[in-house]
Amino acid sequence: MANKYSLGIDVGSTTVKTVITDEGGNIIYSKYQRHLSKVKETVTDQLNMIRGEYPGESFTVCITGSAGLGLANSAGIPFVQEVHAAFLAVKKKQPDADAVIELGGEDAKIIFLTGGVEQRMNGSCAGGTGAFIDQMATLLGITADELDELSLHAQKVYPIASRCGVFAKSDIQPLLNQGARREDIAASIFQAVVDQTVSGLAQGRTIEGKVLFLGGPLFFLKGLRKAFVKTLGLDSAHAVFPDEAPVFVAYGCAVYAASSGDCYGIDEMIDKITNAKASDDIVTGEPLFRSQTEYDEFIDRHKQFDLGYADIRTYEGDAYLGIDAGSTTTKLVLITDDGRILYHHYSSNQGQPLDKIADQVKKIYEVMNPGVTIKGSAVTGYGEDLIKACLSIDHGIVETVAHFKAAAYFCPDVDFIIDIGGQDIKCFRIKNHSIDSIMLNEACSSGCGSFIQTFAMALGYDIAEFSQLGLFAQHPVDLGSRCTVFMNSSVKQAQKDGATVEDISAGLSSSIIKNAIYKVIRAKSPDELGKNIVVQGGTFLNDAVLRSFEKELGRNVIRPAISGLMGAFGCALYAKERADGQPSKLISAADLEGFSYTSRSANCGGCTAHCQLNIISFGKGRRFISGNRCEKGSGSPVKNKIPNLYEYKYDSILNTVKTHQPRKYRGVVGLPLALSFYEQLPFWHMLFTSLGFRVITSDESSRGMYYLGQHTIPSDTVCYPAKLTHGHIENLLDKGADFIFYPCMSYNLDEGGSDNHFNCPVVAYYPELLLANNPRLNNENFIHPYLDLNIRKNVIRVIGEALKKYNIKGRIPAAVDAAYEALERYHADVANKAKDIISQARAENRKIIVLAGRPYHIDKEINHGIHKLITSLGMAVITEDSVAHLARTPNLGVLNQWTYHSRLYRAAEYVTTQPDMQLIQLVSFGCGIDAVTGDEVRAILESKGKLYTQLKIDEINNLGAARIRLRSLVAAIEK
Amino acid sequence: MPEYAKFTEDMIKTHTILVPDMLPIHFKLLVAIFEAEGYKMELLRNDSRAVVDEGLKNVHNDACYPALLVIGQFMDALNSGKYDPDKTALLITQTGGGCRASNYIHLLRKAVDKNYPQVPVVSLNFSGLEKDSAFRISPKNFIKLLHAVLYGDLLMTCYNKCRAYEVNKGESKKMLAKWENRLGNIFRKGSNMYLKTKKIYRDILNDFGSIELSGEKKIKVGIVGEIYVKYSPLANNHLEDFLISEGCEPVVPSLMEFVMYCAAGTFNDAKIYDNNTKMSLAYKAGYKLLYAKQKELIKVMKEQGSFEPLHDFEHLRHLADKYINQGVVMGEGWLIPAEMAALAQSGVDNIICTQPFGCLPNHIVAKGMSRAIKQDNPNANIVAIDYDPGATRVNQENRIKLMLANARMEQ
Repeated sequence: MANKYSLGIDVGSTTVKTVITDEGGNIIYSKYQRHLSKVKETVTDQLNMIRGEYPGESFTVCITGSAGLGLANSAGIPFVQEVHAAFLAVKKKQPDADAVIELGGEDAKIIFLTGGVEQRMNGSCAGGTGAFIDQMATLLGITADELDELSLHAQKVYPIASRCGVFAKSDIQPLLNQGARREDIAASIFQAVVDQTVSGLAQGRTIEGKVLFLGGPLFFLKGLRKAFVKTLGLDSAHAVFPDEAPVFVAYGCAVYAASSGDCYGIDEMIDKITNAKASDDIVTGEPLFRSQTEYDEFIDRHKQFDLGYADIRTYEGDAYLGIDAGSTTTKLVLITDDGRILYHHYSSNQGQPLDKIADQVKKIYEVMNPGVTIKGSAVTGYGEDLIKACLSIDHGIVETVAHFKAAAYFCPDVDFIIDIGGQDIKCFRIKNHSIDSIMLNEACSSGCGSFIQTFAMALGYDIAEFSQLGLFAQHPVDLGSRCTVFMNSSVKQAQKDGATVEDISAGLSSSIIKNAIYKVIRAKSPDELGKNIVVQGGTFLNDAVLRSFEKELGRNVIRPAISGLMGAFGCALYAKERADGQPSKLISAADLEGFSYTSRSANCGGCTAHCQLNIISFGKGRRFISGNRCEKGSGSPVKNKIPNLYEYKYDSILNTVKTHQPRKYRGVVGLPLALSFYEQLPFWHMLFTSLGFRVITSDESSRGMYYLGQHTIPSDTVCYPAKLTHGHIENLLDKGADFIFYPCMSYNLDEGGSDNHFNCPVVAYYPELLLANNPRLNNENFIHPYLDLNIRKNVIRVIGEALKKYNIKGRIPAAVDAAYEALERYHADVANKAKDIISQARAENRKIIVLAGRPYHIDKEINHGIHKLITSLGMAVITEDSVAHLARTPNLGVLNQWTYHSRLYRAAEYVTTQPDMQLIQLVSFGCGIDAVTGDEVRAILESKGKLYTQLKIDEINNLGAARIRLRSLVAAIEK
Repeated sequence: MPEYAKFTEDMIKTHTILVPDMLPIHFKLLVAIFEAEGYKMELLRNDSRAVVDEGLKNVHNDACYPALLVIGQFMDALNSGKYDPDKTALLITQTGGGCRASNYIHLLRKAVDKNYPQVPVVSLNFSGLEKDSAFRISPKNFIKLLHAVLYGDLLMTCYNKCRAYEVNKGESKKMLAKWENRLGNIFRKGSNMYLKTKKIYRDILNDFGSIELSGEKKIKVGIVGEIYVKYSPLANNHLEDFLISEGCEPVVPSLMEFVMYCAAGTFNDAKIYDNNTKMSLAYKAGYKLLYAKQKELIKVMKEQGSFEPLHDFEHLRHLADKYINQGVVMGEGWLIPAEMAALAQSGVDNIICTQPFGCLPNHIVAKGMSRAIKQDNPNANIVAIDYDPGATRVNQENRIKLMLANARMEQ
C-alpha cells in the first residue's frame, strides 16, 4: 500500500534535517537543526514536532547521513547512502545539472551526472569541510558567519594547505602572528576549501556545465560560494544554489523512502530510535578519579608547586618582564627580584598577538607602582621577532630554553619536560643540566589543546566546563591516538555507540596524552621519560589531562601552578639573569600610548624563491619584515656568505643542461627536474647529448608548478616531491620536447655496504603512474623503459631499443660510458666541494650541519629554504651524499636496502667522528621509508653522544617549527 | 647493535611458536604442516583494541598498519600471561623486496627485545633470508606448503560463494570447518594423502556444491589490495562479513596469485635487467611447477562447474601488460592492477582496494592505475579504502555503502 507521506531523515555529522513529501513528491515540510552530538534526542525532537503538525499520520521513512548509518542499523530503519540520496534528489529537482558539489559537516562530495555518472566522497584524510571552516573560525576567535563577512572584504589570497585542518592551521598561524589582514585570511580559508574540493575530489575530472551546490556551508557562506564560482569560472546560469540546499539530501532520502522505505507511525519510530541498542564494541578505560577524596588529594599535591605573589600596586623595586607569544595564546609575567609574581596574563591571542601584548604592557604601566623599575624583558614563541621589534624587548630567546629555565626553577634536577600548548607538543630531555634532545609534534599528529577546545565548543561547552566533566566519568572512551581528523570520527563513532559527553571528555584527555607519549616522544615504556618530570603548557591546567598523564606513566609529576605561564616565566628569569643594572629598553608608557601599526604584504625580489613578506610599519618609520628565509629579504645588507652545499648542488644540477649541447641535433629530449633526476641528470644529459640530442629540462619547481599538474595526481597522500613531478611533466609538454624520457628503476646504483640497493617504490615506478593519469602522455611522447644502471649491457640494450627509430645503435656504448663518467665526475665534484666547505667552515670556526635527505631535497620548493635558515644561524651546510663515502656502514637493526637511505646511515656514522658536525634529517611527509630510517639514524647518532634532529617537510611553507628546532639545536650545541 | 635471541634446535621441542592471524584458513593448514615436523604452533586470535594499542606503542607512528597489527598482536599475546616467554617464539613472514614490509621482522625484533629479550623471532621466507635459524623449510615442506596454499584458496573461494547464498544459515561454515579439520589431520599426521589433489579438489567442490543456495542475484564485490589487509579480518575490520551482511558476494582473489607473483618477479627482473643468475633460473623452474599446480586446480574447478575458477596466472600477466610493466615488483606490484582488470573482466565490476594508509607501492599500483582500468572497463566501480589505527569503521563502511549504492543503480 502506497503511503501518502514520505519522510526523509538526514543525520549529518553536525545537523539533523527532516523533509516530508506528499504523494506528488512535493516538499511540504522541512526542518534543519544542529544536533550538538545529541543525535538521538534531536531526531526524537524533530519527530515530535512532526507529530504536532501531522497527528496520527504514518510515513514511509528512511534515514541517511554520515551519523545516520549507525542509528538506522540499530533502530532497524532503512538506510540510504547520503551521496546516493543527493543523486536521487538532483534527478528530481535539477535533472539538467552536470555536476553536484556538496559540502557537509565533515564530508565533501562530488557527483558527476553527465558523461558517465560518478559519485565520490572525500577519503578519510581530508578536512576541507564545514568542520574545517568552524575550526578555522575558532582559531580566529570568531563565528563562521563573521568569517564569511570578513572574507567579502579580502584584497588578496594566501596559499593555505587545504588537505587537512591541521596543515592549514600551521599555514594560518604564522600569517596571523605576522600580522596579515584577517579579511585576507578568511578569503584564503575559503579558497583552500575550494582547492581541496577541486583537486582532492575531482582528481583529474573537470567540473563544468551546470553545477549544483549543496549542503549547509555552501548555503550559508557567501564568501565560499563566491570562491567556488570564481575558481570554476561559472556564470550565474551555471552555478545553481537551490533554496532547499540545506535539506536537499533529506529530500532525496524522502524520494528513496517513497519507493523503498518502511512504513511507520511517529510513535513507532520514536520507540525504535529511543530503544536503539548501542553496539557494544566500544572500548572504555578506567575512571580518572574514583572519588572526590582522591581528587582533593591530587589537587593538594599539585598546590605545593606554586609561586609567591606580590602586589604590583604596592611593591617597590626591580622587576622583570617575560612574554610568551605562543601560536594561539599570549602569556605575560612580571616578576620581582626574588621570583614573586607581580602580574600575569594568559589569554587567547585571537589572531592578533601584537595588539594583545601591547594592551597588556599598557595595563602593567597603568597599575604598576611608580617605584618599580623594569630592569629586563625577554620574549619567546612564534611571535618573538615581531614583538621584540615592535615593543623593543631586550632579548628574544628560543622557546625550549625559556621552558627549561622555568622548569629548573621548580625542580633543579628535572630530567624531562613536557609542554602541551594550544597547537604544539614540546618535550625535552635534560642531561647534565642542558637540553639533550627535543621532540616536537609534527604537522600531522597535533592532538593538542586547541583540539579539545574546538571539540568542547562543537559540543556546546566551554573548555573549562568540558574538561571538568571528564574527571569523574565512569567509562572513559578509548578514542585512539592519531591526528585530529581521525579523532573527530572516533568521537563520532563513540557517540553513536552511546558514550556520554563525560566519557568522551575523559577519553579525549587520555588520547592527547597517549599521542604525546607514544607518538611525539615515542617512548616504549613510561620509565624512559625519566624520574623528575615537569609538565607545563596551558593544556596541563586541565586536571583531566594531567591525571591521564600520571595514570599513563604510573608516576606523579610536577605541575607548577603557573603551568600555562612557564614560557613567559622562563623569559622573565632569563631577563633577570642577563640584567646589567640598566632599565629595560622596553617601549615606554608614552610611546605605547601612541603605538599603532599597519601591515602589508609583498614578494621579496632577492632571489627566485620570491618569499612572501609581511611588512609591518610602526613607530617612527620603523619596519618589521617577516616571511623571509634569508638575510636578503630583511632589508639589512647581506653579510659574509656562509658556504652551503645545497645551493652548490642545486646550481650545478641546473647548469648541467646549459653546457654541452650539440649544435646540430637529431631531436629534443625532455627530462623532468624531479625525483631521481636531481641526482642522475648528469648521466642522462651526457648520454643524450653524446647521441646527438638536445636536452631540455622542466623549469624550476614552485607552488605554481605544483598547481600546474595538480589535476593529474591520483593519490593525495603521496609525498610532495612526487606530487611536484606532475607539474614538471605538464611544463615539459608545454615546452615542446620530441619526447620525455623518464626511466623506471627498481634498483639504484650499488654503493656498497648495504644489503641491497633499491629505489623506494615511488621513485622507482612513478613514470607508470604519470602515464596512467596524464591524458596528454602516450607511449610515443613518454619513454619510460625499465633499466638497471648497475648493468652496463642492460643500459645499452634498453636505450638501443628505446631509441630504435633514430638508428644510432652503434653509438650507444660509447655514449653510455661517457654518461657513467659524467655521473662520476659529478659525485667527485660534490665530494670535493664538501671538503672545501668543511675546511672553510673550520677556518672560520663555524659548526657544520650535514643536512641529510634525498637528492631531490635540494629542490627549493621541497626544502623551503631550510638550508638558508641554517646558514643564517651561522652554520655551514653540507649534504649526506657528500660525506657518506667517508664512513663505513655501522651495524644496523634494520634491513639496509635502499641506496639513498643507506647514505643516511653512513653519513650519520661519519658525523659521530667529527666533533664540530651535527646531522639534521630532512623527511618528506608521507615517506614511509623514513619511518624506518629515522629511528635508526637517531640510534647511530645518540649512541655516540650526538644530537638527532628531524625536520618534516611538506607543501607547507611555514618554517616556524623548523626555526625553533634549529635554534634549540644551536642552543644545545653551545652548552 | 644488539644480538637478538636466536631460534635454536632444542627450542623446536620446548617452544610454542605463535603465528599471526593473517589468513585464517590457510594458516590453519600451515600450522598443521609444522606440527607434523615436531614444532608446536598456535594461531593467534586475539583482536581486541589492545592489539592496536600495543602496536602503536611499539611501532613507529608512520610505519604501515600491517606491521603495527602483527607486532601489536604478538605483544598483546605475550602480555596476556597465557604464554611463558621462556618457551615462546614468534613467526613472521618475510618477503624481501623494495617495500617497507621486508623490514617487519626487524621492527618486531626491536619491539620484542625491549620487553621479552629471550623470545626469538622466526622468519618464514623462501628467499634464503635468516640462515642461522633452526627453523627451516625442507623441500618436502615446501611442497606441502604449496598444497596448503592451493587447498586454502579453494576452501576460501567455495566458502565465500556459499555463505553469501546459503539457504540454511551456518551450513557453509560447518562445511568449512569439516574440511579444515580433514586437511589439517592429513597434514598433521604427515600422511602423503595430500598429494591426491584431484580427488580432494573434487570432493571439496562437490561437498560445497551440495549446499543449497538461493537463486537470488547479488552484487559481487572483489577485494584486492595489500596482502595483509586484504586477507586479515583483524586488519580490514571483517570486510568479508560486512559485505555478506550488506547482501553481497565477496570475491577474494587467491593467495596462490601472490605466491606466483613473487616467484615470477625474480626471473622476470632477470630478463628485464639482463641479469640471469642461478637463482633466477631456479625461480623460473619453480614457477613452472607452481603454474602447473594452479592449472590443475583450475581445470578441476572448470570441470566441476559450481564455482568460478581462480584467475589463470599467465592470463593475469597478460592483462597486467595492458596497464603496467611487470617490472613493478614492490609490494603487490603489478598484481593489483592485473587482479582488478581480471575481476572487471569476469563481471565483478565492484572492487574494493584495501590498503594501509600511506602505503607506498599502492600510490602507484592501486590509486595510480584506477583511472586506466576504469577507462577500459566503464562499468568498473573501484574504491580505495584506507586502513589505519585511527580510521573508523563507520567511515570505511560509509564509503563502501556509496559504492554499493552505485552498483545497485547499475543493476
